[in-house]
Amino acid sequence: MPTTTPAAPELSPSEVKTTTCYMCACRCGIKVTLRDGEVRYIEGNPEHPLNQGVICAKGASGIMKQYSPARLTQPLRRKAGAHRGDAEFEVITWDEALRQIEERLTHLRATDPKKFALFTGRDQMQALTGLFAAQFGTPNYAAHGGFCSVNMAAGMIYTIGGSFWEFGGPDLDRAKLFVMIGTAEDHHSNPLKIAISKFKRSGGKFISINPVRTGYSAIADEWIPIRPGTDGALLLALNAELVREKLYDEDFVGEYTNGGYLVNDDPNSPQYGLVVANGITPADNPHRNHSQLWWDAGIDAAVSNHASGCKPALNGKYTLPDGMPVRPAFALLCERLEPYTPEWAAEITGIPAARIRSLAREMGEIARDQKITLPLAWTDSWGRTHDSITGNPVAFHAMRGLAAHSNGFQTIRALSILMSLLGTIDRPGGFRHKAPYPRGTPPVFARNPVTPDAVKPNTPLGGAPLGFPASPDELFVDDAGSPMRIDKAFSWEYPLAVHGMMHNVIANAWRGDPYKIDTLFIFMANMAWNSSMNTSETRRMLNDRNENGEYKIPFIIVCDAFESEMTAFADLILPDTTYLERHDVMSMLDRPISEFDGPVDAVRVPILPPKGQCRPFQEVIVELASRLKLPAFTNADGTRKFRDYPDFVVNFQTAPNSGQGYLTGWRGEEGDKPMIGAPNPKQWDMYAKNNCVHQHHLPPEITYMRNWNQGYHDWATNVKLRRYGDPIMIQLYAEVLQRFRLAARGHGKRQPPAHLKDRIEKYFDPLPFYYEPLEVSISDKQKYPLAAITQRPMAMYHSWDSQNAWLRQIHTHNYLFINTKTAQAAGIADGGWLWVESMHGKVRCMCRYSEAVEPGTVWTWNAIGKSRGAWHLAEDANESRRGFLLNHLISDELPANASEREGRRMSNSDPLTGQAGWYDVRVRIYPAGADEPQESSPQFNALKPLPGTTKLHRLWQAFAAGESK
Amino acid sequence: MTQLALVIDLNVCVGCHACVTSCKEWNTSGVAGSLSDENPYGKDPSGTFFNRVQTFEVGEFPNTQTVHFPKSCLHCEDPPCVPVCPTGASYKRQTDGLVLIDYDKCIGCNYCSWACPYGVRELDENQKVMKKCTLCVDRINDTSLADEQRKPACVLACPTNARLYGDIHDPESIVSKAIRENGGYQLMPEWETKPANHYLPRRSASAIDNELSRKVEQQRPNTLKPTGAPSKP
Amino acid sequence: MNPAFSVIFLTTLIGAGQGLFLALFAVESGWLGTAPATGAALYVRGDFVALALLIAGLIASFFHLGHPERAWRAVAMWRTSWLSREVIVLPLFMAVVALHGVCHFSGGTSGVVVTGLAGAILCLALFYITAMNYVCIKFLQEWATPLTIVNYTLLGCASGFTLATALAASLEPALVPTLARWALNLTLAAAAARIASLIRNARLRPKSTMQSAIGIQNPRIVQKAQGFMGSSFNTREFFHGKSRQLVQSVKWGFLLLVFVIPAWLLSGSNVENKAAFAFLIQYIGLIAERWYFFAQARHPQNLYYQAAS
Ligand SMILES: Nc1nc2c(c(=O)[nH]1)N[C@H]1C(S)=C(S)[C@@H](COP(=O)(O)OP(=O)(O)OC[C@H]3O[C@@H](n4cnc5c(=O)[nH]c(N)nc54)[C@H](O)[C@@H]3O)O[C@H]1N2
Ligand SMILES: Nc1nc2c(c(=O)[nH]1)N[C@H]1C(S)=C(S)[C@@H](COP(=O)(O)OP(=O)(O)OC[C@H]3O[C@@H](n4cnc5c(=O)[nH]c(N)nc54)[C@H](O)[C@@H]3O)O[C@H]1N2
Ligand code: SF4
Ligand code: SF4
Ligand code: SF4
Ligand code: SF4
Ligand code: SF4
Ligand SMILES: [Mo]
Repeated sequence: MPTTTPAAPELSPSEVKTTTCYMCACRCGIKVTLRDGEVRYIEGNPEHPLNQGVICAKGASGIMKQYSPARLTQPLRRKAGAHRGDAEFEVITWDEALRQIEERLTHLRATDPKKFALFTGRDQMQALTGLFAAQFGTPNYAAHGGFCSVNMAAGMIYTIGGSFWEFGGPDLDRAKLFVMIGTAEDHHSNPLKIAISKFKRSGGKFISINPVRTGYSAIADEWIPIRPGTDGALLLALNAELVREKLYDEDFVGEYTNGGYLVNDDPNSPQYGLVVANGITPADNPHRNHSQLWWDAGIDAAVSNHASGCKPALNGKYTLPDGMPVRPAFALLCERLEPYTPEWAAEITGIPAARIRSLAREMGEIARDQKITLPLAWTDSWGRTHDSITGNPVAFHAMRGLAAHSNGFQTIRALSILMSLLGTIDRPGGFRHKAPYPRGTPPVFARNPVTPDAVKPNTPLGGAPLGFPASPDELFVDDAGSPMRIDKAFSWEYPLAVHGMMHNVIANAWRGDPYKIDTLFIFMANMAWNSSMNTSETRRMLNDRNENGEYKIPFIIVCDAFESEMTAFADLILPDTTYLERHDVMSMLDRPISEFDGPVDAVRVPILPPKGQCRPFQEVIVELASRLKLPAFTNADGTRKFRDYPDFVVNFQTAPNSGQGYLTGWRGEEGDKPMIGAPNPKQWDMYAKNNCVHQHHLPPEITYMRNWNQGYHDWATNVKLRRYGDPIMIQLYAEVLQRFRLAARGHGKRQPPAHLKDRIEKYFDPLPFYYEPLEVSISDKQKYPLAAITQRPMAMYHSWDSQNAWLRQIHTHNYLFINTKTAQAAGIADGGWLWVESMHGKVRCMCRYSEAVEPGTVWTWNAIGKSRGAWHLAEDANESRRGFLLNHLISDELPANASEREGRRMSNSDPLTGQAGWYDVRVRIYPAGADEPQESSPQFNALKPLPGTTKLHRLWQAFAAGESK
Repeated sequence: MTQLALVIDLNVCVGCHACVTSCKEWNTSGVAGSLSDENPYGKDPSGTFFNRVQTFEVGEFPNTQTVHFPKSCLHCEDPPCVPVCPTGASYKRQTDGLVLIDYDKCIGCNYCSWACPYGVRELDENQKVMKKCTLCVDRINDTSLADEQRKPACVLACPTNARLYGDIHDPESIVSKAIRENGGYQLMPEWETKPANHYLPRRSASAIDNELSRKVEQQRPNTLKPTGAPSKP
Repeated sequence: MNPAFSVIFLTTLIGAGQGLFLALFAVESGWLGTAPATGAALYVRGDFVALALLIAGLIASFFHLGHPERAWRAVAMWRTSWLSREVIVLPLFMAVVALHGVCHFSGGTSGVVVTGLAGAILCLALFYITAMNYVCIKFLQEWATPLTIVNYTLLGCASGFTLATALAASLEPALVPTLARWALNLTLAAAAARIASLIRNARLRPKSTMQSAIGIQNPRIVQKAQGFMGSSFNTREFFHGKSRQLVQSVKWGFLLLVFVIPAWLLSGSNVENKAAFAFLIQYIGLIAERWYFFAQARHPQNLYYQAAS
């Protein structure tokens, strides 16, 4: 077997195929080398725009995922009499499995479609799963966004019409100062690493604001430790300093934000706080009014916004001819910011006031003094031509450190406003959008149903499952104002829950609140472990029965590729393929992989045949949709419309002959049409021949200022990325929020139920403000003095990489990282066992001293701890014996003494968006007793290997492609 | 004479471990023979890797630096591991300076590993021969690969391009330049092993033309002064 | 270092064998100031026992090899490798010891002189070579000292002479007092040298530091992650994982067993009855000594393997 090192090897010939990685959601292009039909090597594809040839630790370990013994290979049914969670299964055929699902769903669809709930985790085909749910007729569909980072998406989209998180990012090629807040790894992992490295090498200054210094923050020029949950205070103080020091970009604020718009300042008016319309609604977008007023200081009168030759007044109080008192929105913002001094923020954040002050100046001065000008002529939405594009080279990036707090939406608004005051939106060196963004603030492309009659038997849903409400009228509630969705998204409790609230589903379904469901279909989410808060209780709910011995959640289907903690709770397990075994699309209708300079989408093509009986989930969805005769999947004569998933991808169009489908590349019969065109039967081949990716470069002059760039809007409406070509105004002042607030004050058709009035009134503030995260505000901070958070390890994807023999050696178990002084004060030794306790539970784990964590914070790597026997690991594997899951400490609901509860349960989530408040938990720590077992706690019964997984627990493994032959 | 080497830029390494698993992946199915794993799905898994990324904390809160530190065989110019090997399995290749092991000759006596101060040799406990980074000799020597592919797997994988590869004896190579211009240094110079691999220290932002930024920069305690050659002013 | 029992047995067994041979050679050449042995029995038995020890040592060493079947390859690099030299000299020495015994057995006088002299030279060379395996690794500062050569030689000689005394007790009682005196003197000399090395090593300041290991100048550098969490060759081979107390008690134990007790036994009366016991005690002590020799050596690579998380 071993050969002399440098000699030319006698090896079988190999072949190389390209596809797209899915060891994580970054979706890099890869080249897969095969030898004797086995994967020999997976490397980054240099031809791919996203990763440009590089790969990450996970991507390079794809082999061990493909050949993991934890893989499911056969459809399984829970054994009669076995309990959920016991992992007792029997093998069934696909025919039986599909028949069982078909029967059940046919019945539900014909009676009450909302009793079927489909929730999907880290998947990237919501365009398909969402379509299936809508066609089925159930509103109970969402992906993981609600427990992931919806605050980031919503906070930014509602403010600037785009977001970090896949739809935009920092232009590090040109930025001089880069401020990264609350980011450990993020989705755009490889590109971000490429960009940060280039940025640093070209001498840019990188500041990281984070309670913890790991990963990216490690190479920051400056680390600014901050107390978790307090970024809102910092960002508001920075905004306030910019205003105070007049360091904001006044022209940008005047032209491109709603800062100059006049706001009704009459407290008695039912329109109080709304932007005053000038009465002429333009035809460009019936849903979004674009005719507002500016105050022209020159003639001392109100004029239409963007009236030629006019600059809006940004300050002052004015009276309209009809006597209405008005103020420019920016004036309201300034007034709001006034009390937010650096000293005030220093108290809250722990960052010295002097540094906050100088940080604001650093940002403001660099933005002002080191401008970049590109000689690109463009025309704005108001028909004015400009001969260049200017950028202020200060770039930001932020992720769940801001998003995963229940004050995240307002914090992210404050960040978006900071970026806007600095004049960095879609400009060189600042934030740049990626197709299909920018979209409206908020967008109109997806509109959720608004009334109960949207759900009818044997009828598609009256709207899209998810949307972007812009007013109380766009909530999905019944006449009594009660939630229509099982997760209560788009209800008065979480009005802007634009990604749904997957983290509420199990508890709500178990309780029958707001109603009972029948079938819960979970795809690619580990809801019995790391993606549920209050994990132990969630596991109990999944297994709970009523007096008649029937499960409270009657039927659970899980589609997964591995033996996870969640599969143990399924009634029916559908074995999925891996990313190397299936067709997949990263669609423009969903979350593509676009670049700043134009749209990019990508596909996966099968490199290997499916293992065992594995079947791609997409095929299952198309199959079920066809069997159920869902209209979009059925011909007029009742026959099946699509042969299979690849056929569906090629031939599906958003509307008859719209020319818009899942993929933008090689459309048209000749395959020569980008973006829009007739279906091309050879489309898959074209992708396969072209590195599985399609990139469309736009002319440079329409790749900046896209919120207001007429050239871009013309193109975007033409290719149906946008429905209307109206300008996308930055919402320094969020009128949408004020509409909810007015409802809480008794205005409008729809008003919140009494118990939620105060909540809406408080949090739907159109101006950014700081409040303590909900859980923090009701925690006894004497008793629980520390914040507990998690980080993404770069070499592990959530819970699913512990079955990977290489990656698990890097993270075999996890420690709680505690500032050395904090740990010593608590009498906890480095490497010693301790208890971490929150209001909701306690966990025993091991301590690691650290100087790279703020003293009031403890943290651990996310999802390394495992349930015993899960992921096909031995019962004594370190993951379960020494590793721990922080989620046991985190509640899914706010405790009983929460002021807004008034006896009702309320999710531990952002009150605006329903974003799960993962990082709000407060804990205390104390040493574990010397007599206690040296084992993490809680422990769960060991799971037995499922039928169809690889039995063997080999002591040795030495992978070499082709050797097994 | 050629001396091929890696230069690792600590200024941009984020500790992602891409170089670790891409190395394992390339080499386990390569001519080197498989790199075995013990207890792959059991307790205390352990395996043979040619490259490891370690993490150090330098300084005290709040002036802490987190340093990610990749380490593989440094292909010393004066490698103490080579003369001690009784079989000649360990050798330094004159043509390009690689320190290599002939697995067919190795008797697994571990002696060379004792003679390496850097802890980069690992006995494959399954095959019982000594293994270590080969600088991907079977990539860089493979003339059937395109030029830009004839680089070590870890170098091509590294997302931050923190791993530079080239001939440190050629003053014009990117590695020589990087060492010269950025104060590249060697590990444990006290043993005079003359490691061919070099490390580049953290460097401060230079493109910012802002007085305040400079002031902030100056006021910060310098937690990360390299012990090697002084970095560029 | 993590002491490897194969190497511990190798070095202590061949050391005793070498010492024994030297004792025989010294007796036969009259260098001890006594008349040579009356018959061949002491030499023949002595060579046989020495050979047995050397063979046992060699066998032990095979347990250290991943591929013992390729052990023959180890002769290749005698120009540079002390290990290779050891691999050559040890069998040579064994052959000479065997011949020496055969010569005595067959009464070939000139053969005895030649093989005795050759054996003595090879024996001393082997002490030197064996020790140099450790001395030459300069960054194992505990080892890289001439004291290591002195110790290997003296400890081998002391145990060999003690063993010779024990053999003489039954075969050549007249030689016992002289051999015992020499054994005692060698034991005391070895004690002096070994204690000198203990003192030296206690004062060593490691040349390599965290700072030089990663090339950063800061008084406070702490490893948080070594890159893996289970174990690796680098954690298994170079760390003994034993507590300080245990290591300390091994030290006191070997001082007692190698030096104090044998010296007391050898210096008392009635030596012929105690010599065998003295050797046994001393040999057990040597196992502890050699264990300590390894355990005490701090390999600079250990700086890189301090913590997992
Ligand atoms: N390798 C790998 N990559 C992944 C994933 C993975 O599991 N592994 N998961 C993917 C997924 S689903 C997601 S959502 C993304 C998430 O990407 P990130 O948002 O980068 O992930 P988190 O680990 O949640 O990072 C949170 C960071 O915020 C910090 N933080 C916590 N609270 C605060 C706070 O109040 N203020 C500030 N300023 N910082 C705070 C934490 O210390 C941490 O560094 O990563 C994706 N990429
Ligand atoms: N404490 C704490 N908890 C958190 C977070 C946190 O920061 N802190 N982050 C939250 C966030 S942002 C997220 S996104 C969630 C993520 O949590 P989950 O969505 O639960 O992610 P995974 O644990 O990776 O589980 C995904 C499931 O998909 C399966 N899978 C992998 N590949 C395939 C495939 O190809 N097909 C199919 N069908 N299944 C596959 C895996 O086996 C696994 O069971 O965790 C959340 N939980
Ligand atoms: S970042 Fe994600 S998609 Fe890219 S190579 Fe790594 S695992 Fe694969
Ligand atoms: S791949 Fe590059 S960035 Fe990642 S750990 Fe290795 S050297 Fe550092
Ligand atoms: S790093 Fe170690 S193994 Fe590599 S050449 Fe130098 S001494 Fe030898
Ligand atoms: S382990 Fe192999 S390579 Fe190392 S010294 Fe022994 S024979 Fe040479
Ligand atoms: S050069 Fe090759 S063998 Fe060496 S560390 Fe890099 S990938 Fe591994
Ligand atoms: Mo996420």
